[in-house]
Amino acid sequence: MRFLGLFAVLVTGALLLYGVKDFPHYGAADSPANEGVVPRYYMENTMKDARVPNAVTTTLADYRGYDTMFETSVVFTAGVAIFAILRVFGGDRNRHHPDSLRIRGDQFRIIVGTTSRLLIAPIQLFALYVLAHGHHSPGGGFQGGVIIGASFLLLSVARNLGESLTRLPEHRFFTLGATGVLIYAGIGLLCLLLGHHFLDYRALQHVLPGVGPEMARSHGILGVEIGVAITVSSIMFAIYANLSTRGELKKGL
Amino acid sequence: MIWQFDTLILLLLLVAAVVSLRLRDLLAASVVFGIYSFLMCLLWAEMAAVDVAFTEAAVGAGVSALFMIATVYQTTRKSSD
Amino acid sequence: MHFLNEHIIPFFNYWIYVIIMMLGLHAMIVKRNLIKKLIGMSIFSTAIILFYVSIGVNNGGDIQGGKPGETHGTIPVIEHELALEASHDPTKIDFRRYANPLPHVLMLTAIVVGVATLGVGLAVTQRIYRDYDSIEEDEILAKIAAAPSRQTDD
Repeated sequence: MRFLGLFAVLVTGALLLYGVKDFPHYGAADSPANEGVVPRYYMENTMKDARVPNAVTTTLADYRGYDTMFETSVVFTAGVAIFAILRVFGGDRNRHHPDSLRIRGDQFRIIVGTTSRLLIAPIQLFALYVLAHGHHSPGGGFQGGVIIGASFLLLSVARNLGESLTRLPEHRFFTLGATGVLIYAGIGLLCLLLGHHFLDYRALQHVLPGVGPEMARSHGILGVEIGVAITVSSIMFAIYANLSTRGELKKGL
Repeated sequence: MIWQFDTLILLLLLVAAVVSLRLRDLLAASVVFGIYSFLMCLLWAEMAAVDVAFTEAAVGAGVSALFMIATVYQTTRKSSD
Repeated sequence: MHFLNEHIIPFFNYWIYVIIMMLGLHAMIVKRNLIKKLIGMSIFSTAIILFYVSIGVNNGGDIQGGKPGETHGTIPVIEHELALEASHDPTKIDFRRYANPLPHVLMLTAIVVGVATLGVGLAVTQRIYRDYDSIEEDEILAKIAAAPSRQTDD
């Protein structure tokens, strides 16, 4: 098995390296991927179409909005799958307490706990900045959502899981996760009801007061990014809460 | 793009990948995997993919290493290979 | 040296991605520990992401960056002054000055889905540990072989 595996890996690698000589050079400006009409359109029209300087954000949430919508549903589905696989109610009968990690240094607990508590507010503020400023700088719904989730994770690691569960109780995980997907799909559906195509945010100029079609697209992008952030943050915390307690959600890491 | 810096990151990247796969202590392997993710994030930032690098810094180096540590805590720390 | 200049340095991103991918694939096939297999899976997926991101790099074909005073392949965010003009006239923007945004978008979502997949994999690992008390593949297979009709107790 060992040699068979090594053989398969080496053959795969050799075939891929054999194909390398047909690729364009690293960083070539005239490679098919960079020369194509699609990146050119995205770069040139992101300001004209949506008034968003960051071409990645426009492509993510507007030009390729379907893709991102279903990626969000994939994250939500992963959260539901982990709930189905791991969650146990009322405690595991043949549970033995894990002895794999003996955590020493309990005397530092108060320092670590206080520092983390102080850090959580700036982290969440930064996450909101990343989310709202994704139009003009790197960032957006996925990054902002993961950072909000990480602030809950920090609270659970530094103090205990119960404390963050009082902030975000278990029954909220999937409500919030579904709400995020619903915001995304709802904005798309709203565009459909207003007479445009699904996820064509130009339709929002009929409901948002005093905006033209370009700014309507910009606000539509912000709306779906908020939906993405809500789903990603709650599902990240749901995954961590289940993994760190083996599905019991009582005492964890 | 500074090729000296790039070469250094690539070498460290390969070292981190090999070490995290060879360590028999799974907690250490998870932590080295976090280092690997962070080096990958530096490499992508150098390749002008700032959004990807930002996501990897938040997800790979932070959250996924923590998921692995949580699983190691709930199962076992020793690995046979 | 000739081989190095001719076949490796202009293609170094592909060499690195193939080597990292081989490491990950090897770990997925050969390692017996399930968490090691998942680390291998994550390394494999970052190798593919590295491949995509590196074909989006656009530095004019010069490996040491462009000539001084010339910007090549900067981050795909349009500068402020240019942005105001470009909102009326898209031809003001020279798309060759920026990195290709399309691979970035595809890979950004791939990373987040990757961590969700990793979470599902770790959950399955914990479930296996709950039932078989081991995360080593050969021990689990031996336990299954010893009790083929083993019922899980929940």
